[in-house]
Formats: sequence, C-alpha cells, structure tokens
Amino acid sequence: MRKLFPVLLAMMGVLLASVAMGKDITLLNVSYDPTRELYRQINTAFVAQWKAQHGDSVTVQMSHGGSGKQARSVVDGLPADVVTLALGYDIDALADHGLVAKNWQQRLPDNATPYTSTIVFLVRKGNPKGIKDWADLVKPGVQVVTPNPKSSGGARWNFLAAWGYALKQPAGNDDKAKAFVRELYKHVPVLDTGARGATNTFVQRGIGDVLIAWENEALLARQQLGKDKFEIVVPSITILAEPPVAVVDANADKHGTRAVAEAYVQFLYSPQGQEIAAKNYYRPRLADVAARYASQFPTTHTFTVDELFGGWRKAQARFFNDGGVFDQLGPGS
Amino acid sequence: MNPAVGRRKPGLTRRLVRLALILLALVFLLLFLVLPLAAVFVEAFRQGVEPYLESIRQPEALSAIRLTLLVAAIAVPLNVVFGVAAAWAMTRFEFRGKALLGALIDLPFSVSPVISGLVYVLLFGAQGWFGPWLEAHGVKIIFAVPGLVLATVFITLPFVARELIPLMQSQGSEEEQAARVLGASGWQMFFRVTLPNIRWALLYGVLLCNARAMGEFGAVSVVSGHIRGLTTTMPLEVEMRYNEYDYVGAFAVASLLALLALLTLGIKTLLEWRYGDELAAHAPGGH
Amino acid sequence: MRQRVLPGFGLSLGYALAYLGLIVLLPMAALAWKATGIGLGGMLHLLSAPRTLAALRLSVGGALVAALVNVVIGLLVGWVLVRYRFPGRRLFDALVDLPFALPTAVAGIALPTLYAPNGWLGRWLEPLGIKVAYTPLGVLVAMVFVGFPFVVRTLQPVLASLERDVEEAAQSLGARRWQTFFRVILPMLAPTLLTGFSLALARAVGEYGSVIFIAGNIPMHSEIAPLLIVQKLEQFDYAGAAALGVALLLLSFALLIVVALLQRWSSRWAEASR
Repeated sequence: MRKLFPVLLAMMGVLLASVAMGKDITLLNVSYDPTRELYRQINTAFVAQWKAQHGDSVTVQMSHGGSGKQARSVVDGLPADVVTLALGYDIDALADHGLVAKNWQQRLPDNATPYTSTIVFLVRKGNPKGIKDWADLVKPGVQVVTPNPKSSGGARWNFLAAWGYALKQPAGNDDKAKAFVRELYKHVPVLDTGARGATNTFVQRGIGDVLIAWENEALLARQQLGKDKFEIVVPSITILAEPPVAVVDANADKHGTRAVAEAYVQFLYSPQGQEIAAKNYYRPRLADVAARYASQFPTTHTFTVDELFGGWRKAQARFFNDGGVFDQLGPGS
Repeated sequence: MNPAVGRRKPGLTRRLVRLALILLALVFLLLFLVLPLAAVFVEAFRQGVEPYLESIRQPEALSAIRLTLLVAAIAVPLNVVFGVAAAWAMTRFEFRGKALLGALIDLPFSVSPVISGLVYVLLFGAQGWFGPWLEAHGVKIIFAVPGLVLATVFITLPFVARELIPLMQSQGSEEEQAARVLGASGWQMFFRVTLPNIRWALLYGVLLCNARAMGEFGAVSVVSGHIRGLTTTMPLEVEMRYNEYDYVGAFAVASLLALLALLTLGIKTLLEWRYGDELAAHAPGGH
Repeated sequence: MRQRVLPGFGLSLGYALAYLGLIVLLPMAALAWKATGIGLGGMLHLLSAPRTLAALRLSVGGALVAALVNVVIGLLVGWVLVRYRFPGRRLFDALVDLPFALPTAVAGIALPTLYAPNGWLGRWLEPLGIKVAYTPLGVLVAMVFVGFPFVVRTLQPVLASLERDVEEAAQSLGARRWQTFFRVILPMLAPTLLTGFSLALARAVGEYGSVIFIAGNIPMHSEIAPLLIVQKLEQFDYAGAAALGVALLLLSFALLIVVALLQRWSSRWAEASR
C-alpha cells in the first residue's frame, strides 16, 4: 500500500496535468463513430493554422460514439464546444435543450454540413447477385445487411434513401414506398445496433449479399478491410447524407472558446478542410476540390431530407419514433 | 445399464463413466471458455507482432490502461471497506430488516448494465437531480473520473460482501468474543482476530471485484463521454477501435484486458494452491 | 446476549447503510422517479406492446433456459473438478471464472467470431442446419457464457464437503449408482443448485454487451429487452427507458423470489431426505 500511494499520486498528477495543459485553449469536439481519421487530420491542420495566425496553442480533444448517444451525452453535460454528428435530428435535440441556437442550421453555409456523403451498396467481389439499384435488393434470395434505424442514426439515412427511391419511381406514392421498404427489411437477416456492427457483420462474418452503407464508410471499409474483396455500387437515385456541425453555444460561451470554436467549424469549409474531408471519403462542398476527387465520387441523383420529408424533426416523428412507420413494418404489426 | 454387469465389474463401469464425464466436461470447457479466449489472441496477432505492439503503444491505449487501473484502484478499496462493514453487521448482530439489507447488496447484480450507467446520469447529469447544483459549483461527476468510479463501484459492490458473509457466518464469533473478554479493544480485535481469519476470502473477493471493475463496459460507457485519452477506459477503447474498423487495435487492447483477467485468475489459483484448505472450506457463493 | 459483547454494530451498519443509500438506493430512486414520468397509462401501454412483450420474453425466457443449461453443465463440470483427479485440473478450474473476468465487450466481439456461419464453430454447425449467431440460440449461448461460473462456483465447496459415507451407505444398502445420485446426492445439492441458478439468471436477464453482437436484433424475433431501452434513449425518451428498466428489474426480482421460495422448500426436502 505504501508503495502504491506514490504511484496513485503520480497517476492523478498525470490526469490533472493533462487537464491543466489544455488550459491554454482546449476544444472538445464530440463527434460520431468513423470520423477519427478525418478529425485527426483536421485537428492537426487547424491547430497549426491557429498557431500561425494567433500564436495560441489549441488542443482539440475528441469524443467518438454513436451519434444519438453522443448528443445525449452533451445534453447530460458533456462539455462539448463543437459537435460534428451524423444527422440534424441529434443537433435539433441540443437546440431543444437550449444548448445550441435554434437557427443553427442557418448559421453556417450549406445547411451546416461542410461535407456530405450518399447512401451506396457494398457488394462482394464480382457482384454475384447482380445488384445495380434499389429494386435488386428485394429480389428473391438477396440478403441485405443494414443496421436498425431505431438504434442507429446512420441507418435512418439508409431507410429514408430506400423510401425516397420508391417514392420517386413512376406512380410512386407513400403506400408503394412503405410496401417497398417493408419488403426490403424482410431481406435483412441481422439488424445490428450500429453502422459499424453492420459493416462487421457483412465484411467479417460473411453475412448477406449487400451492405447498405454511407459512401464514406463503404470506401473506408473497403480500404481497411480488403480492396479486392468488395465493390461499391452507386444506385440510380439516393439520398444526400448531410452530417451537420455546430458550435455548442452554451458551452463555448461558458468556456470562453467561442472564437476558436467558430473558426474551427469554419475551417471545415476552407479549401484545406475540404481537401482533408475529400481525402477521408466525404464529398466536399467546394467545387474545385470536388473536381479533383471526381473519380472517387461517381455522380448520381440525390434528394435531401428537407426536400422529401420536410426536415429531420418531421422525418424522425413520422418514421422512427415509437409507433412510427418503421414499427409498423415488423411482423408483429 | 445392465445392473448385473454393473455389479460384476464395478471397477470398469466406474472408470468408463468417470472417463466419459471428464471428457465431456473438458470438451465443454475447451469449446466454451478456451476458444473465445483463443479467438481474441488470434485476431489480435492476425497481422503479426509488429502491428500488435504498434497499436498498444499508442498514447490513447496507454492512457486507457492508466485510467482503467486508476478507476479500479479507487473502486476496489471502497468496496472492500463496505464489504467488511456490511459482513460484520450482517453476521455478528441480529436486527430487523437483515434480509432486506442482503437483498440490497445483491441488487446491483440484477440491474441491467444499460440502466446502471443511466441512473447516475439521472442523478448527476445536467438534466438530473443534482446536475444544476453541481454545475453551479463547478463539480464534475459525469463524464469525468468520479462518474467512472461511481458506475464501477455500483457494478462491483456485491462481490466482497458476498464473499465474506458466508465465511464469517460459518466461522462464528467465539474467537472475537474471547478477545473482547480478554480486554482487547474493538480495533485490536478486528486487526488481530477478525482480519487474519477472513484474509483469504477477502483477497478472493478483491480479485473478483477487481476483475469485474477493469472489465466493466455497459455502465461505464454511459457516464464516460468517450473523450479520447481522458475518460476512455480499456473496454471503451476496445469498442471505439472496433467502430473505426481498427480490428487489430481493438483485439490488441482486448487481449491486454484478457491478460489482466488471466493474471487475476492466476493469482487466485496460486492462492488456492498454497492455502487450498483454508479457501476451499469457505469458497464463494454460499447462501 | 452475545451481541452486546462485540463492538461496532452502529459503525458497521451505519456505514453499510449510508454507502448503500448513496451508491444503490439514491440512484434507484432516481430511476423509479423518472419511470413515473410516463404515468400508469403509459406504463401499461408500454408493457402491453407486442414488441416489448416479445423482447421481455426473449430476455427473461432466455435467461431462464440459460440458467437451467448452466445448472446441468455446471453440475457436470463442478462434479468432475471436485471428484476426479486428472492432469490440467487446476488450469481448467481457474478457467471457470473466465466469463466473469472477461470484459463483456470482449466476449461480445469474440463470440460471433466463433459462432457466425463462417466462424470457427459456426462453419461446422451450419451444414448440420444449426444456426447460432443472429438467432435466439445465439442469445442463449451468450447468456450461458456469462452465467457459467456461478453454478460451478457455488457448487464446488458443497460438493467437496458432501460426505462420501452417505453415498457409500446408500450403495451398501443396494442402491445403484444412478439411484444414489438421483435419490440421495441431487436432493442434497438442490438448494445450492438453486442458488447458482438464481445468480446465473440474474446475471443473464439484463445482459447487453456480450449478447448484442451475436443476437440478430430482429424485432419480435431476436431483440432483447435492454436493446429496447437503448432504442428509447435514442429518441431521448428517458422516462420510457427508465420504465422499461424498472419493469425488467421487477421481473427479475419476482423470479428471484420464486427461486428463493423453491430453495426454502428444497432445503427442507434435503433435510428430510438425509
């Protein structure tokens, strides 16, 4: 015990020191799961830029987790200065609790989403089931892997993409869309709780013929887990996935970090930030950066949540809350 | 089985039955316990030793290890003191509501890990009972080390007490009473008589408590905030790496946790080996 | 009385109660209070929803079956470890605690590695038509895994202390080995087995981390109750989540009380059969 005590003190010291060092300027960016590499690069670039322009040294701390869980943590007191999440609904929740200004989506360009992605299909090498578009997913014998939209924010985009496809078909309407999506989820053997779990199920466990995924995650997974084993199929029409960012006003004001926090989110829109986003498989907003990465991002028709569903609040209430459309699809109803 | 055969050749049948039972048990243990453990190490070393070492040398991994040890180092002693006090009260005195106290000690065991983190958020979160007060006084509990400790203490609360109660029950209090009659003070009695009598069971409880404390995931995940390098324990680091498609990294940290678990079990076995009789007589569980 | 001789009643009980109050009671009160937020009607509506019922059935039913499986396997393993001497016995004995010590997150990602159709075991089971991962059977396997140490560990000391002369007496009276086992040994072990059963049950009912990766999570089929809690939280429905948590806790408590009653009854039975 006597020997343990100094060790304990030292450990506490390390912890305190790591807090104290940040006293210079520390930003906490609460993000969702697969953005680690993206923000590692963004942070390095931003810190260097801020140092050059203002002389202060900034430390950007990162938190990663499921988008909804991250938003909940911020509501419950996680002192985020900036949030970079997977869907607007999660930042709306912060706005509802008075942490972010209600007009957060108008304060920044492009709906407060500096980079976008789309929903695509990851199939096995050679595309043995001949998957080309959404309609192929409901062919007999095709197994589809997608996470549960009730527990995964990312999966809600998948659901809405499928719905939008069916709606935009000739003579498409809500009933037909519902029938299509119902049929689609009948082809799902495993509803993982999160997007990464679903990818793992598809890639590592060999379950299913097609994985519905965000384009950036499909590219990342292919890069990390086997370029020669998977192909990406871009459907004829899909949703524009808009992962939004916001300064958490209440926290930034309390910490006195508003200037840095705002510069940080603005940096994401800068040519340098856009370049990093594109390198990490997110579609950049800036046209000239997009042009340079055109080969990585095939063109496709997209629609947005705002256009088709009237924004995230409405989409969430209609489709994903208890008793919503998704609950009505199941065998129990 | 033909009883006649059984009676004529008791030795052979008996040996066969014994062999069959041993084999069955071993096959089960191999398939069910050894294989998952092996899977962790195989996955961790899938790309060789270098990537493995690389991924556990990262500063995030090191800080996760540090934090995990720190949290266990605070939570376990707290539960040891509680366990001894609760066992003393429960086994040396008669009072009303004893059964209720026993049930309360066991309660954390039945609470879903999903809930056990949430309850502290309900108490200390910004929207919780004490959140605004804590906020006003600049005290951080949730999303900081105290929250991690609280959740860990909750999860591991029953283990030391559960280890001690049956032992102290069966030992009775004659020796302690004798010490008192001979004029020992309360603390003298405790340190000279009680503690030596319960030390192995206590150590056993500490080991179990510690193993669970280091491995707890569900409850800790809710109160951690997942700030990398700051509030991320090893099990959380495993999950975060897994979610970044860094499978080697995830399994590498997982293998460290498994090693810690094995180390704990090793120490326990060593204790049993050296002090086998003393321990076996009052091993865990009980009623 | 002798209680008066021993010191520390006030101190130890006071400390234990204060500690329990702070660590256990206060948070549980907060949970119960939050759960009342949805009102009685909301609670009834929530608990009568087919989805909730199916998930509770899987969590509670699965835990019951898993605990039962653990009683059978635990009896076998405990018996072999206590009664027989063979090489490597200590090693295997130490391994029994592994599911307890192995973090749930690690078990969660290790189990599908084994039982998925392309996994180490799954590839042999699949041709036999046995699907483990992503089915209710997978949930069961994970629950058996986490509950495994409890039956063995409660059983071992009792088995060790079980007098052999009882068995020998029974056998000398002409009882066959299996008769001895079922008529003499098993009744004596029953209370202990029930303790192990209830521990394994309590552990498995609310389990999340090690189950979630191997369950298919298909609503009405392989979706466990703690997952429903997580989904409620995802909608920022804290009250609903708390209500489900309380319901799950009460359910497992009710089961534990039934087991405790069974135990009382069986120990009388064990006394009588001595």
